Amino acid sequence: MLTTIFAFINAAIIQGIPLLFGATGEIITEKSGNLNLGIPGIMYMGGISGIIGGYLYEHYTDNPAAWLCILVPFISSIIGSSLMALIYSFLTITLRVNQNVTGLALTTFGIGVGNFFGGSLLSFFGETGSISLITTGNYYKAKLPFADKLGLFGKTFLSLGFLAYLAIIIAIITSYMLNRTRTGLNLRAVGENPATADAAGINITKYKYLSTVIGGAIAGLGGLYFVMDYTGGAWTNNGFGDRGWLAIAIVIFAVWKPSMAILSSFLFGGLYILCVYIPGLSSSSKELINMLPYLVTILVLVVVSMRKKRENQPPAHLGLSYFREER
Amino acid sequence: MKTNEKHTREPLFHITKRSDIVWWKAWIIRAIAIISALIVCSFVIIALTKYNPIQVYKTMIEGSFGSERKIWILLQNIAMLLCISLAVTPAFKMRFWNLGAEGQVLIGGLASAACMFYFKDSIPNGLLIPIMLVASILGGVIWGVIPAFFKANWGTNESLFTLMMNYVATQPVAFFIMVWVPNGSSVMGVINQMTKSGWLPDLFGKKYLLNIIVVAVVTVIMFVYLKYSKQGYEISVVGESENTARYIGINVKKVIIRTMIISGAVCGLAGFLLVSGTNHTVSTNLAGGMGFTAIMVSWLAKFNPVVMTLTSFLIVFLQRGAGEIATAFRLNESVSDILTGIIIFFIIGCEFFINYRINKRSKKEAE
Repeated sequence: MLTTIFAFINAAIIQGIPLLFGATGEIITEKSGNLNLGIPGIMYMGGISGIIGGYLYEHYTDNPAAWLCILVPFISSIIGSSLMALIYSFLTITLRVNQNVTGLALTTFGIGVGNFFGGSLLSFFGETGSISLITTGNYYKAKLPFADKLGLFGKTFLSLGFLAYLAIIIAIITSYMLNRTRTGLNLRAVGENPATADAAGINITKYKYLSTVIGGAIAGLGGLYFVMDYTGGAWTNNGFGDRGWLAIAIVIFAVWKPSMAILSSFLFGGLYILCVYIPGLSSSSKELINMLPYLVTILVLVVVSMRKKRENQPPAHLGLSYFREER
Repeated sequence: MKTNEKHTREPLFHITKRSDIVWWKAWIIRAIAIISALIVCSFVIIALTKYNPIQVYKTMIEGSFGSERKIWILLQNIAMLLCISLAVTPAFKMRFWNLGAEGQVLIGGLASAACMFYFKDSIPNGLLIPIMLVASILGGVIWGVIPAFFKANWGTNESLFTLMMNYVATQPVAFFIMVWVPNGSSVMGVINQMTKSGWLPDLFGKKYLLNIIVVAVVTVIMFVYLKYSKQGYEISVVGESENTARYIGINVKKVIIRTMIISGAVCGLAGFLLVSGTNHTVSTNLAGGMGFTAIMVSWLAKFNPVVMTLTSFLIVFLQRGAGEIATAFRLNESVSDILTGIIIFFIIGCEFFINYRINKRSKKEAE
């Protein structure tokens, strides 16, 4: 029984890590007032860019070195997802296009790019079959050497790949940045009331661009974690599923707080696989259990809007573009 | 000296809002955007396939218009996308971001499928189809009005709420398919294959004609409703400024809920058409992303139902054409999503040049 519980917790954490990356990235983005609905696409892009980088590296070297196996996909993932976020930023910040429309188009585009290259990368190199980067995947999965010796605790919490811990560290740093530094204060001001922030001498464009691109890069790492660690370097089309939307749901659930996002991600990860761990469940009722994460999010959304506590509200200018001369 | 210099530094460009633009100028800008999008797409195609892009575009046109059957499928796809776009339009005009069309269509379709499944032999077709229609519309309305209710009363963020409702809608569909299909498979076959009860009849021997006619009628009604009715006017006032609406005595809450009822109802209708008229079955992928594409269709057409026929044609043409490229050149079919994405980026981006004027810094100003 105890083993099952710990196995469940471990699985919940593993499921939660991509969500945590996505949620942290989206929180940073939304704090600047940009509602980036392109996050699911960006996460696909982060995954496939990592795969492409890793594949090219493995393809052109005979003896892949461990640190390059990790670094090359990591960098290419960040480049891929930043470029996506840059498209979004250029359209919404510079060209002031509607954010919802841009975000949805970006998601279509990103999932398209992911599935396209995932499906035909090998055929470009005259190979067949499906992508599987076992070497790279194993380096990403590498765990602390003493993890297995520490019993259940070690198996549950210390046996994860390094990206998992990176996700938690990034979330904590983000939380500190947002709440305790001048940059964070400025960023929140931009999201709450850009006109006032502008008057106070904050460079709105710079803050919006940087936070969207950095947020996109972080979210993309969620895709990288999924393809490298979770599936061990394999790509299946649409394998990432609707986790991107779940990440956006977590942002609401965590009321725009990165520190809350850590636990919420694990909770949602748990809800995502809960149906596997409830014994004696018919396959049809499993489907109904899968509804839980979304229902819970809606509930939080409603309660937050009803209670009207000021610190739990979304950034006031969320989803609106800022034009200085429009008052 | 240095500080002085800094003081007179002016940006190279200076952006102002255009109050009005001649319609043909706006269309020239849009045409330029589409052409440059196609050029960029050509480069992408060359990079991916090394084929001549003109050849590829020819294949695309053949994919859409190649045979009579292909034209009918094209028209049917346009009709469905248009129907969902019409559904989201009144809500958008009110600045209510209904991102939940996907779910509303799905629930509508599920309601239809349920009627088909449970009443298959007990009710004659003439009665069953109206029942299905009502059930679908009701399903769509319920799914649409829940977020509207919370938005109207407590200002709950509707774009996130409706987005979540999509995924809540997916699960009951998966659930019922598992309950209905005897061996527990997650794929539902064609319902009532033999008796064809609950199937929309073919008009003049054409399978999709009835669907297309229904959507055409809805298009006209929606155009008139938005442009000439009092309620349509109220929608645009609420969209422009809620405070103005309140000031002139419009009941904003009522307008929000009423508009979302309409939006959900048309989504439900789309679900009915998809199940009863097109697929004769239901799956979690019934709307197939059209709920999201519809948002772009509606936006590109500036919420004008008549222009929407054009924009939905453009999108469907691209998707069908890109599907054809995929099979012809043995590419992954996701290439259509990439091309659609690029073209949408260009079209939505060009709106900037329609709405804003870029003034270059003149010498006089700089001095």
